[in-house]
Amino acid sequence: MNIYVLVKRTFDTEEKLVVSGGQIQEDGAEFIINPYDEYAIEEAITVRDAHGGEVTVVTIGDEEAEKQLRTALAMGADKAVLINTEDDVEEMDQFTAAYILAEYLKDKEADLILAGNVAIDGGSGQVGPRVADLLDINYVTTITSLEIEGETVKIVRDIEGDAEELETSLPLLVTAQQGLNEPRYPSLPGIMKAKKKPLEELELDDLDIEEDDVEAKTETIEVYLPPKKQAGRILEGEIPSQVSELVSLLRSEAKVI
Amino acid sequence: MSKKVLVLGETREGALRNVSFEAIAAAKKISGGGEVVAVLLGEAVSEFGNELVAYGADRVITVEHPHLKSYTSDGYGQAFMAVVDQEQPEAIVFGHTAVGKDLSPKIASKLKTGLISDVTDIEGEGDDAVFIRPIYSGKAFEKVKLKEDGVVFITVRPNNIAPLEREERSGDVSSLSVDITNLRTIIKNVVRKSAEGVDLSEAKVIIAGGRGVKSKEGFEPLQELADLLGGAVGASRGACDADYCDYSLQIGQTGKVVTPDLYIAAGISGAIQHMAGMSNSKVIVAINKDPEANIFKVADYGIVGDLFDVIPLLTEEFKKVM
Repeated sequence: MNIYVLVKRTFDTEEKLVVSGGQIQEDGAEFIINPYDEYAIEEAITVRDAHGGEVTVVTIGDEEAEKQLRTALAMGADKAVLINTEDDVEEMDQFTAAYILAEYLKDKEADLILAGNVAIDGGSGQVGPRVADLLDINYVTTITSLEIEGETVKIVRDIEGDAEELETSLPLLVTAQQGLNEPRYPSLPGIMKAKKKPLEELELDDLDIEEDDVEAKTETIEVYLPPKKQAGRILEGEIPSQVSELVSLLRSEAKVI
Repeated sequence: MSKKVLVLGETREGALRNVSFEAIAAAKKISGGGEVVAVLLGEAVSEFGNELVAYGADRVITVEHPHLKSYTSDGYGQAFMAVVDQEQPEAIVFGHTAVGKDLSPKIASKLKTGLISDVTDIEGEGDDAVFIRPIYSGKAFEKVKLKEDGVVFITVRPNNIAPLEREERSGDVSSLSVDITNLRTIIKNVVRKSAEGVDLSEAKVIIAGGRGVKSKEGFEPLQELADLLGGAVGASRGACDADYCDYSLQIGQTGKVVTPDLYIAAGISGAIQHMAGMSNSKVIVAINKDPEANIFKVADYGIVGDLFDVIPLLTEEFKKVM
């Protein structure tokens, strides 16, 4: 089976954000593989181990993203591809990313493409379905279970807390929801092996993409932090009197009940 | 220039969802005095048309087909694109719901346009409309607009944009017949896991438990309070990882991002990743034994105490006054 995983390098979830000059500051921040993409990588490895084939992880970014690709290789992916857009693309949106990924994937005859259902930075959740539409293959988002039996793919997906059971077939793009699996940590031998696994670097030229083709459709005008909350009130006294004070505050002051 | 705006109306358990009325209000702003046309897709949905008009739609188009009984991106995609072809809208608004999230990228891809998803506020009107959306799960916000001419396409996060006042109005409800073929996904079954039908993303009140809940059973007093207030129960990653509850309840940067009117955090310490998912709630109450817990920093009201003492008392107190 020919399996591809779309991954994104993101800020660590425990990072606090600093905005200056209208941009999020990246200096000194820890970066990780987008947590939802880790589920996708784990599932890809599991499917490959059960059905044979090869797992290729693909990302768009600059050289910094090599670290996350090596981590995916250490988890067990076979090959990695970095589409380096540093010199060619100034502003990228979901249209841009999906176009580039689809151009890369269009002649790869992928049976299964996996991605995270959302990236924890931009949070749009668009790129997976957009890529599937451009490749004209089916997609299923927010999956929590995947079983491949011959031509049939049985999936459970999370729809706002409920579990939807469905059937479809390959080729297919799926996006991973939390609960799909428990991503493995790279083992020491895995990390050693990853150093020798192929990591291909491509630029837009290699994919015959013109810069104009991938110009972002949307524009970010401003980035800002939410207003600091004023320090709240810690109630005092015996618990029962705190509770009745709280109820009256919620009704009269906050007016939410 | 005024715009014609299409809005996807959604139903859940036999009723229109609030987010659809919120989407109409958003569409009104974007339209700048133009026409707002609501679209309903399903097996039998025309009965809901007038209600969308009452909440501000100028007219309604329904597409009814047995293949639209359950949502599939193929079925809904074909139906919605048929409406787009007929109406040639200048803007589109969906709710940022399971259906909206799944369908909007496909439609945006087909229209070769940008999609601004998970919008929580709109500044300006008509051509000047600028959209505000959380990034990093609410740790920051961005203002975004469409760069060039094209269809303005947004999804709106439930609970953030106020719906218009309901009033009796008249508007045309017409049907469009669409041939729906070649569905690549077959829906077999839906297993209900969400309690009492109150969805976390749309809940006005959320009672969330953390590690301090200590067990599956520990969520029971929280559920009781949630039921009383017509709310939903949520959880921190700690509680989910400890298997006290299902991952579908998880609130945080991994998990759901919620903005209810009232968020009661019980036995939650307040990891950064959890706070990203709830700190934009309108009013936050923290209940924790540890007075140093981080959660008190974002709380409007705090009670230092054991949640198993406080929550049942709170339920009793609310019963008295409601």
